[in-house]
Amino acid sequence: MLKDITLGQYFPGDTPAHRLDPRTKILLVIFYIVALFCAKSVVTYGIMILTLLVCVQISKVKAGALFRGLKPVVFIIIFTAVLNLFFTPGNYLFQWGPLHISDAGVRMAVSMVLRIMLLITGTFLMTYTTSPIRLTDGLESLLNPLKRLHVPVHELAMMMSIALRFIPTLIEETDKIMSAQKARGADFESGNLFRKAKALIPILVPLFISAFRRADELAVAMECRCYHGGEGRTKLHVLKFATRDWVALVCGTAIMVGVIVLRQFGM
Amino acid sequence: MAAMIETKKLEYTYPSVEEDGKATVALRGVNLSIEAGSFVVVLGHNGSGKSTLAKTFNAVALPSGGSVYVEGMDTKDETLLLAIRQRVGMVFQNPDNQIVANVVEEDVAFAPENLGVPTEEIRRRVDEALDAVGMGEFVRHAPHLLSGGQKQRIAIAGVIAMEPKCIVLDEATAMLDPIGREEVLSTVHRLNREKGITVVLITHHMNEAEDADRVIVMDDGLVAMDGAPQAVFSHVEELRSMGLTVPDTVALAYELGLDGLNVPLTALGVEECADAVAAALSK
Ligand SMILES: Nc1ncnc2c1ncn2[C@@H]1O[C@H](COP(=O)(O)OP(=O)(O)O)[C@@H](O)[C@H]1O
Ligand SMILES: [Mg+2]
Repeated sequence: MLKDITLGQYFPGDTPAHRLDPRTKILLVIFYIVALFCAKSVVTYGIMILTLLVCVQISKVKAGALFRGLKPVVFIIIFTAVLNLFFTPGNYLFQWGPLHISDAGVRMAVSMVLRIMLLITGTFLMTYTTSPIRLTDGLESLLNPLKRLHVPVHELAMMMSIALRFIPTLIEETDKIMSAQKARGADFESGNLFRKAKALIPILVPLFISAFRRADELAVAMECRCYHGGEGRTKLHVLKFATRDWVALVCGTAIMVGVIVLRQFGM
Repeated sequence: MAAMIETKKLEYTYPSVEEDGKATVALRGVNLSIEAGSFVVVLGHNGSGKSTLAKTFNAVALPSGGSVYVEGMDTKDETLLLAIRQRVGMVFQNPDNQIVANVVEEDVAFAPENLGVPTEEIRRRVDEALDAVGMGEFVRHAPHLLSGGQKQRIAIAGVIAMEPKCIVLDEATAMLDPIGREEVLSTVHRLNREKGITVVLITHHMNEAEDADRVIVMDDGLVAMDGAPQAVFSHVEELRSMGLTVPDTVALAYELGLDGLNVPLTALGVEECADAVAAALSK
């Protein structure tokens, strides 16, 4: 069950999307999100969907994997859809007791659902095609100017990459602890929400204790390997902008600007 | 030969953790000299101070009394910290808690990156280190999907990439299955033989000490015995009184000796022991 979590998962591959510089991909995702929030018509949504489809095609990520990424948020999507569908005022298309569906409601529901789905699949497309290390390298490099303002950029990036590194380890451990507690008769499935939350305590306590022990050991192991902060560090993989990065950035900017301009014209 | 690591009246006290204010004295005056290129096994029951001793070897723990010298460099000298840690690499028990990155090559590159080694040189070192531990084909794998023995070999590669003179393994085989243990042991033996890297192997498994140049037995923060494996293991009673077992071969020879059959206690290998028993029987 915990294995379904795809957060931050990476599918190794060798497509142009995988080869793009992580900084390019981070910037593209930002452009994409800005454009997505500016989109409000059939034309602009069409452009966004088309963009995503092209990116999926280039990255060769399987559609199944993308939909699996949506699974944890299905509830939110349905909730938003229902809320917008029934509670938006407008010309009633359908009325049944206190419930009514308006034309504006249908439009709102469809556009909200589309927006959430596009947002999530678009961002996941980046994590699917970028190894977490490269992603944090990219973030570190993009945020580098903030070092002047004494923002601990290297430390934050290191923390993030270690957190990502330990996600599979901790998930595995949670599974083990759950099995161990189940073997002792613990029940995680029945009861109301409060009881279920209470049943999690015997999982969280050992998990936290072990996480602290791990952190302690890891810190010593890192020191033993001469870690002394970001100063004077070199890299195995140096980030380099290639022609394809410029091409991708130009395309991304064009799409974003296009959508914003179309919006100004009421489309 | 020159001493790789030398300790002089080394003492180490852990500050008290609990309210009662009683500090734990982990080392009480250890004098050791570990020769460059040698293969040393350190034995001792739980809490005898083995891990603490190991941590003083690369300045992760600084002596409370006495001193530790790595190739003549005092570990208390802060300016030499990186030079010392680069020379003495350390591998710990739990492979999951010493792997930093989620791609094998990135993890092996961690130490050279910290040392500011140029990029092309890091690439060379990573490939060489992975080949040296026989994990060359796993460059781009995710470490959490590997077996315990493979993870531990990655951890060793991560240390070798610093190009150290000495590797200290603190119960690095304790969490592994027999196959993983064999992988790790043959790897460190090969590194010792072929690259001349000094190995300090801390272990609970007596049979891992058979092929060592030297065995050191720790007890209550002191060196209790020190010598060639044959010499150390022939003190069966003394070892047992310190809560340690002896290799099965020595135990057999010892029990036979109690029953009146005189088999020398110095035959550590299984073949050797069998020959010795046969020789004693045909007398
Ligand atoms: N972090 C610590 N804080 C306090 N006491 C410790 C700590 N680590 C070890 N000790 C104590 O120091 C002694 C030696 O421990 P250690 O070096 O870990 O032994 P070994 O590795 O041989 O089992 C033990 O009595 C142990 O309880
Ligand atoms: Mg120990």
